[in-house]
Amino acid sequence: MNRMLQNAAVVGIGRTKYVRKSGRTTLAMAAEAARDALADCGLTPADVDGFTCFGTSGSATPSQVAHAIGVEDLGWSLSVSGGGNIVTSTVTGAATAVLSGQADVVIAYRVLGSDTRYGRAFGTIHAEGEGQFAAPHGYMVPPQWFSMYARRHQHEYGSTSEDLGAIAVQQRLHASANPHAIGRDPITIDDYMASRWICDPFRLFDCTYEVDGAVAIVITSAERAKDMPHAPVYVLGAADANRFGGSPYQWDDMTTMFSRDTAPKLWARTGLGPADIDVACMYDCFTFTVMATFEDFGFCDKGEVGDYFRAGRATYGGDVVVNPHGGLLSEGYIHGMNHHYEAVLQLRGDAENRQVQGAQTALVTSGAGPFGGALIYGTSQL
Amino acid sequence: MTTEIQAPVPIPNALTEAFWQGAAEGQLVMQRCNACGHLQHPPEPICSACLSFDLGSAAVSGKGTVYTYCIPTQAFHPWFADKLPFVLAVVELDDQPGLKMITNIVDIDPEAVKVGDRVEVTFQPFSEGFFLPVFRPAAQ
Repeated sequence: MNRMLQNAAVVGIGRTKYVRKSGRTTLAMAAEAARDALADCGLTPADVDGFTCFGTSGSATPSQVAHAIGVEDLGWSLSVSGGGNIVTSTVTGAATAVLSGQADVVIAYRVLGSDTRYGRAFGTIHAEGEGQFAAPHGYMVPPQWFSMYARRHQHEYGSTSEDLGAIAVQQRLHASANPHAIGRDPITIDDYMASRWICDPFRLFDCTYEVDGAVAIVITSAERAKDMPHAPVYVLGAADANRFGGSPYQWDDMTTMFSRDTAPKLWARTGLGPADIDVACMYDCFTFTVMATFEDFGFCDKGEVGDYFRAGRATYGGDVVVNPHGGLLSEGYIHGMNHHYEAVLQLRGDAENRQVQGAQTALVTSGAGPFGGALIYGTSQL
Repeated sequence: MTTEIQAPVPIPNALTEAFWQGAAEGQLVMQRCNACGHLQHPPEPICSACLSFDLGSAAVSGKGTVYTYCIPTQAFHPWFADKLPFVLAVVELDDQPGLKMITNIVDIDPEAVKVGDRVEVTFQPFSEGFFLPVFRPAAQ
């Protein structure tokens, strides 16, 4: 076991509204989320000396956001290359900076503007590198990459459209109690089955809701966290796994994902297991991402996710509440940083009418396919 | 003003030109390690099996199995708008376990494709002298 990370904690959270088209710059949205995260924990920009973000190409960089909110001495900043796969590394990077004395207070954020939409491609594509073997065939966007995972799972384990639909229906029901969610109208399994194909076997409701918005969280030492207005949310442990570099189709078993490697490392480092988790914010760019990672983390066996959800085991009163905010599928796609916001809200007991009663631990996963990570937050240190 | 919608343009490099040259000549050519015989696709600057930089290429059988597939029903890029629906697939080649490539399955109703189908390579003219290796149901 290695529980060093639990000496860091999340003490502040901030976010913008999530909307389809904000008309705002990424810098403006990131600055708003950072400002509000600081206000949430009673700190000022003068207290901040670290900033980190991932996926910053074409977006607001750590130094820009720090400057915008008046941070005068940015002692540590890290712009991490990657997408949803690297959220865990970004947050644990912030925690590690604090624990190693490189920074006292770090803001980790993610912002997405209308210029970034991963589900589309435009213009003339000059397909270099691996892309030359993919783009000419039409292989370009995530719904294609991961619908092919789902198909393989259906072939090997007999999972069905209805099983994917059970995830979409449950998460939408959760989102209906979340005023911040962009998709709040409940859907039935019939609505799911009748929704249009995006990329067979994925229908509309299998896919995340891409939005504009930003989320920021403030991380500091457990020691300093004791003096903050909210109860600290500790980083109990984390693990990443990124291999089969290159395209997702090179992964050797497309019925599994990164979590096949991440889960055993995370459980070993923390000494915890699936039965210890109260809230599971599962990265859900697509329904199938939840299915594969949920199996890999050992909440149920291969092919059982549909029954698990239908039996009410993934919601209030069940085994673990999966994505109480509605997830990326229904709350909106802030690239997984909104999962961290939700986990903190739940562990503070501040999630209002969607509060998971007595929640003490939250698993937060990030990524899909061969690349990703996960961490566990807790209301107390282990 | 309208802009002509162009096909994605492959940009070959020293590691990949054998693949495109082979395709233009009707052969599926893959990178092959001269030291250990390992095939790898897409090509890499080093052999991931034996770490040799002595890499060449070889024609492979062009026969394989549909590992998985999807059917895009939405044009994620405008060039594909008039080609919907089509079958985008991962084919695992017979030549080496786990040797996979992205391709299309042609000459079959998309609804009839199944995981595990036996397929064989064929070549379709693409753009500007490029030919694309695609797969069709294998001859019995």
